[in-house]
Amino acid sequence: MEYSISEMMSFTFMQRAMIVGVPVALCAALLGVSLILKRYSMIGDGLSHVGFGALALAAAMNLAPLHVAIPVVIISAFFLLRISQNSKINGDGAIAIVSSSALAIGIVVTSLTGGLNTDLYSYLFGSILALSKEDVILSLILCAIVLFLYIFFYHKIFSVTFDENFSLATGTNAKAYNMVIALLTALTVVLGMQIMGTLLISSLIIFPGLTAMRVFKSYRSVVLSAAVQSVICVVVGLVLSFYMETASGATIVCVNLACFILFSIVGAIKRR
Amino acid sequence: MAILECTDVTMSYEGVNVFEHLSFSLERGDYLCILGENGSGKSTLMKGLLGLLKPSSGEIKYSDGLVKSEIGYLPQQSPVQRDFPASVYEVVLSGTLNRKGLSPFYGRRERKLADDNLKRLSITHLKNSCYRDLSGGQQQRVLLARALCATKSLLLLDEPVTGLDPVVSAEFYGLISELNHDDKITVIMVSHDVKQSVAAATHILHLENKTCFFGMVDEYKKSSISDQFMNK
Repeated sequence: MEYSISEMMSFTFMQRAMIVGVPVALCAALLGVSLILKRYSMIGDGLSHVGFGALALAAAMNLAPLHVAIPVVIISAFFLLRISQNSKINGDGAIAIVSSSALAIGIVVTSLTGGLNTDLYSYLFGSILALSKEDVILSLILCAIVLFLYIFFYHKIFSVTFDENFSLATGTNAKAYNMVIALLTALTVVLGMQIMGTLLISSLIIFPGLTAMRVFKSYRSVVLSAAVQSVICVVVGLVLSFYMETASGATIVCVNLACFILFSIVGAIKRR
Repeated sequence: MAILECTDVTMSYEGVNVFEHLSFSLERGDYLCILGENGSGKSTLMKGLLGLLKPSSGEIKYSDGLVKSEIGYLPQQSPVQRDFPASVYEVVLSGTLNRKGLSPFYGRRERKLADDNLKRLSITHLKNSCYRDLSGGQQQRVLLARALCATKSLLLLDEPVTGLDPVVSAEFYGLISELNHDDKITVIMVSHDVKQSVAAATHILHLENKTCFFGMVDEYKKSSISDQFMNK
């Protein structure tokens, strides 16, 4: 090993990656549980592609990437959620169309304005080198908002996820809480894209929840386990990617996959 | 005084009128079964009663001090719920949600209510079990406990025994009748089961071909609409 752990952590880019990675992983895991159970797993994927399109446009127009991506992705989140709830249009198909179109537009714009530069490359596959100080501060603030809203609405999100019609019928404004979920997801996706990359951010949302469900049986234990596991996987993934010089997003996903397999085995043994 | 009043209600689904000019009213403590074949508009009416769908004309009105957040609802099971990781207690407790407004956490009052309803339906021993691991009958009891947490006065049930075996169904119907008799809870149930409905209900609403019958059970037995339906 060339560097010790403390030497590794003395690099500014590693510090930033950890500071952004841990809270984003936490938010993604919490929201992921609801998204999986509501059958909205693909929304994260769709949003990240939209995010990529927005980033490409921002780069072409010389604007700050996050300032363009955040509003665009939030608007798309509301839009995708509406489509998914509308029984006349097939939600899956709509998401596929939106996400591939956004990705395609992003790539066309990029090729017209001078090809894939490093920034866009790092947004596709994730990079811990790309984080600026401003990104870190913005990420921390937004993550704090996501966490606060999630905890504040925890029981309502549970109720709306478990049985939307019941919540509606008994006077809970389920539509508003769906919007809250969409908004929080959009923020998490944009923030996570920097480290995980467009192509892999959805796994940060999906993996922890699914992994937790292999073993745990109550909603609270699933949420807690997903949160803890997600943070551990991101930290381990970042450290491994540093030592092995691999792409951070891909490494984190591989760690998540290992965790998933481990939990599946534990779950299978427990059930016997 | 009537607890529920429907006046000249017409409801449509995707632009087509499902039923027209339906009027009826219920008193506190009534037990209404809504009968009719598939597509006759039972579920649409249920959605109207729950406030999920607006009638295209007419009015559905709750009165006698009942507000919307006091309706207890037992839905048909959705596929989402079948693999949902949740403990029985979490599900039952979520029924109290409408009582506590914006406050983000459950208080002692909500927990007590949930415990009481678990006891009432004799499922206290399942409190910490996983909802998806329960049998169909047990799951329905859990959902009923949740509905009871949400209401003191009106229970709406949408084909509650679908998929349950006859013994468990009978048990479940018994439970509903008990709640209706002993606790004076008004019951509105969408049902497929004519014989059981006629045996347990005080009123019948039969929807068919855009027309409908509403009346006491005895009148229903004598009517021509029941003949065709019951002899099938």
